[in-house]
Parts: sequence; structure tokens; C-alpha cells
Amino acid sequence: MWAIDTPAFIPLFLVSVLALFTKGNLRGAILLGVIALSGIHLWNVPAGTSVSLSFLGYELTPYKVDKLSLMFGYIFHIAALIGVIYSLHVKDTMQQVAAPLYAGSALGAIFAGDLLTLFVFWELLAITSVFLIWARRTERAYQAGIRYLIVQVMSGVILLGGLIIYYGKTGSLDFGYIGLDGIGSWCIFLAFGIKACFPLLHNWATDSYPEATPTGTVFLSAFTTKVAVYALARSFPGTELLVFIGATMTCFPIFFAVIENDLRRVLAYSMINQIGFMICGIGIGTALAVNGAVSHAFNDIIFKGLLFMSMGAVLHVTGRINGSDLGGLYKSMPKTAMLCIVGAASISAFPLFSGFVSKSMVMSAALQEGYHWVWLMLLFASAGVFHHAGIKIPYFAFFAHDSGLRVSEPPKNMLVAMTISAILCITIGVYPGWLYSLLPFDTGYNPYDATHVLAQTQILFFSALAFVWLNLRGLYPPELHSVNLDVEWIYRRFFPQTLKASFSWIWSQDAMLRSRVLEQLDNFYNYLARCHYPGSKASQVRPTGNMVMWVAILLAIYMWLLLSFVN
Amino acid sequence: MATEKQHLFDNPKNVQRVLYLLYFCCTVLFILDFVIHRHLVHPWEGLLGFYAVYGFVGCVVLVLVAKWMRTFLMREESYYDRTELDPKEIDGGEHVGH
Repeated sequence: MWAIDTPAFIPLFLVSVLALFTKGNLRGAILLGVIALSGIHLWNVPAGTSVSLSFLGYELTPYKVDKLSLMFGYIFHIAALIGVIYSLHVKDTMQQVAAPLYAGSALGAIFAGDLLTLFVFWELLAITSVFLIWARRTERAYQAGIRYLIVQVMSGVILLGGLIIYYGKTGSLDFGYIGLDGIGSWCIFLAFGIKACFPLLHNWATDSYPEATPTGTVFLSAFTTKVAVYALARSFPGTELLVFIGATMTCFPIFFAVIENDLRRVLAYSMINQIGFMICGIGIGTALAVNGAVSHAFNDIIFKGLLFMSMGAVLHVTGRINGSDLGGLYKSMPKTAMLCIVGAASISAFPLFSGFVSKSMVMSAALQEGYHWVWLMLLFASAGVFHHAGIKIPYFAFFAHDSGLRVSEPPKNMLVAMTISAILCITIGVYPGWLYSLLPFDTGYNPYDATHVLAQTQILFFSALAFVWLNLRGLYPPELHSVNLDVEWIYRRFFPQTLKASFSWIWSQDAMLRSRVLEQLDNFYNYLARCHYPGSKASQVRPTGNMVMWVAILLAIYMWLLLSFVN
Repeated sequence: MATEKQHLFDNPKNVQRVLYLLYFCCTVLFILDFVIHRHLVHPWEGLLGFYAVYGFVGCVVLVLVAKWMRTFLMREESYYDRTELDPKEIDGGEHVGH
């Protein structure tokens, strides 16, 4: 049964069934073992493998392997393994079954060879992942999960509509280059865009990720958005619109991140900022830019996972995640602090850390292709990401003012998972050759030339200097217990309130109308009643003789009619 | 009650040392601009200390604009909860309310 063309999602779906019927250490061992075996299996699958079948007259390709999808296949296995190690201490069947199902759906989506298969896994991604939010088991998480599910399923429905129109136009369901041409492809673009957190469509991520469980967010941050990035890289490379969308995505979230108090929400904003770099690279569309986008997705899954893990560890041991409630944790969690700093250095793209070797490709490509304003925006975003993710996250959690919290390090398995990620961050940063050999194009790019290294180091150190200066001058905005309005205000406040107001208007109109009709009826009844009062018309007593006379008159009219109209 | 162990940054001198190290690095990086020859693509890259100034000014602008955004974006923490949750749920489980 086991063959080289066994689709990659099958082992993960099987292992989730096994996880349902086992528990404790056995469950953990099975999860780790099967995911590792599945990864080794995938390593041996050559590019070009595919499976085709005929379904209801459609030629479908549920499994298709090429260099681009293989790269995402590897990183999704790594992310699933790290996530499972990180959550080994969790005793919650709901999460431990949902997580491999979710990872399997992501693998199914990236190895889909046609749009219909993609749609199926696209929806499965939504349905399986929402349990990682609901597993928090608070009312707030439940509400956030519902909102998340609505947005994600809507994206799937738009995808389905788009692919039907697209099929009608082109007669092909192939999940390859699509390009913006016609309403069908625009729908597909929009569906991808919702999952990729395009500006104004981004709020589902910052709304739901901070509400998920500490371990759940680690899985969530790895898969959904990266599947969307993959889909855009496959279907819309070189679409110029994406350059500007990506550049916007790198810039606007950093402002929100600076004033946000919930540190996992800061990371969610920073994730949108990092996806912006990838989208921008896909939009530029040259070999170097697409390589940059794809490798940045690869690295982002690791370092963003590491940052979410370190903040998850803080939440796990302290029960707090707001910057205003934390601080001084380096005293009791020095290992977590160090690992968090490695993640922070990687996301900030310090030379010798993984972010540097991928982000610089996108920046170079933007400059080479003449997108100078975009390049300036990306440069600003690079400084900004260091500011809010590189400094703010470790500073407010582990340093800053001492919150007085004295806790212990998180469980060992959490530390192991974070250590693996940290080692990967540094290894990729120091030896980028391994990562580059996996890339879809061979560009011979070398990130470590003096110009790049000096420029990036200058940007970062002077950003740090700006942070210090603002802090010493007291200009830095303090962490405050607060909510910052974002696009979600429209559907969490404006729509409900507008609906409430319009319904109360409709109800008041309705009540007025009813009372008027009732009043009229009342008047009519009163009239009828008055008719029967003593002395009024209906209460008069008439003699029998009257009746006889009226009958005689009626008979006379009847006879006259009969005689006048004989035929 | 035993006094707590003195930690690295409890001593203000150590904080000061980190800051001096940062100032030193910034100075060295700025000077390296004159030493290392870059290959330029964008004309602005040739300006003296372009990256250093851009990084510094960019971050200051970022923080000041974000701070200004607070004036019209910031609401109290229970802003959505009051309409979406039962009153008893407002603390939202594991969140710590104050």
C-alpha cells in the first residue's frame, strides 16, 4: 500500500485517528514517529511525481509534486514536528487530534494539482484549525473562533465561485499560473488574499491568534497564511498589484504593533508585516524575488514559531501575556529569554540569523527592478520590525520594569522545541547554502557581501539607538491595558450597532402601526356596541306585520322580474 | 526573609555598560561607511550615513505616529466584551484583569 506516490497528507490524517484512541506518552510518541517518518518519506519523493484520477467527468490531480511544493512540504513537516514537541505536555484530545489534521490539510493544499482539490483542503484548513482556538475554552476564544471560521469559510466559498467561473472560461482546473484576467481569477485572487491577510482583510489573524491556546497559536502561525503565500506564488507570480499590496502590508501593521499590549497580538501584526515581504517578492516575480519570497516563508515559519513559542511559554507559566503585566522575567526564565532573543534577532534579519539570508533577496530584487519607493517602504518596515518584534517583545516580557513575577522555566518539551527552532535559525543564517539548494530557481545569490551586511547592521543598530533615545527621553508610549480599533470594528461594532438601531426603528414603526390598527378595530367594535344600546337602531323592536309587508314587496319584485325577462 | 539574589540588570552600572556598548557599535558602524566601498544601486545610498539616518529617523517617526494613533484608536480593554460577552466573562479566562 505504501508507495512513493502516497500523498503527504495521508500519514497525518491517519496519525490523528491514532491520536484519538491513545493518550499520554504513547500518543506523543506516535505523533512524533509518524510525522518524522512522513517527512523522511517526502525527502525521498522526487519532483515530478503526480497522481491523477477521473471524478464525475473531471480530470483531477490530487497529488502533484514539484520543487516549489516540496519546499513547503519540508517546512510544514518541520513545523508540525516542532509544534508537536512543544505541545507534548498538553493533555487535551481536542488539540492533539486537530493539530495533525490541520497540518495534513496544509500538506494536502500545497500538493494539490487542481483547484477543486485545493478548495477541499482550503476548507479543511479552516475547519480543523478552529478547534485550536476553541480549545482555550473561554467565552472570548469561542467568539473569536466563530469570527475566524466565518472569514475562513467565506474565503473558501469565494474560491469555489472563482474556480467555477474560471473553469467555465478556460475549461481547465489546473492549479498553475492563473494571472489576473476575468472575474473568475479575481475571485480566486481575493480568496487567496483573505487567507494571506491582505490589508483590510487581515483582521481575522490579529483577532483570533491571540485567543488560541499557547500551543495552538504555534500551529496556527505556521500553516494557514503560508498556504496562501504558496498559492499566490503558484498562481500569481509577477502580478504587479501584489508589489504594492505587499509593501502596504509591511508598513501598516508595525504602527499597530508598537501600541499593542497583548504580546501575541504584536506577533500577529508582525506576521502580517513579514508576509508583506513575501507578497512583495511574488509580485516582483523575478527568479531572485520569488526565491526570496519562498525562502522567507520557510524562515518565517521557524522564527515566528519560535517567538510564538516563547510568548506561549510566558503565558503558560505566568498566565499573563500583556506587556503591561510582564517584565523582569529574565531573572527566572533565562533560557526562554535567550531563545526568544534568537527568534527576535532572526525576524529582525541580523546577519548570521535566518531572516537576513531571505529578506535581503526581496529587498535586492525590489531595487534591481526599479521599485525605488517600494524599496524605501521595505527598508522602513525592516527598521520597524526590529523595533516592535526584535526589541519590544523580549524587552517588555523579559526586561523593562520588574513585574515581581517569580516563576520557573516552562516544561522541558517546550524548551526542547524552542531550542530546535533556535538552532535552525542560526544554522540557516550561517550556512544559507542548504536553504538555497531547495529553492525553485538557481540564482547564485550571496547575501554576505560587505554592502548588504553593513547596510543592514547600520539600520538595525541605529533603530536600537532610536529605541534607547525615545525611552530615555520618556517619549516611548507606555504599555497600557487597552484595545486598539482596527478593521474588525466594522463587523464587531458598526454592523451589530447599525443592525440593532435599524431593527429597533423597524420594531418601533411596527408597534405604531399595530396600535393604530388596534385603535381602528376598537372604534369599530364600539360603534357596533353602540348600535345595540337601548334606543339605538339595532335594538329597536319591529312588529311582525312589517315583515309580512316586506315579503309581499319582495315577491312582487320577483314576479315583475320574471315576467319582464322571460327568455 | 532572605534577600533575593542580585541579578545582572539590577545593577544600573550594567545597564549603563550595555548602552555604552551600543553607542560604541553605532559609532564604529558609522565610521565604517567611510572605509568600506559599497556598490550602489539607488542614488540615496551614496548619501553620507544614509542607512544609519534612515533607520534612526524611521523608528522615531514610527513611534511618534503610533503614539498619535492612540489618540483616536485606543479604547478601554473591555470595549468589545461589553457587547459580546456575559458580564461575568469579561475577564476572559486566563487574561489577567486589573
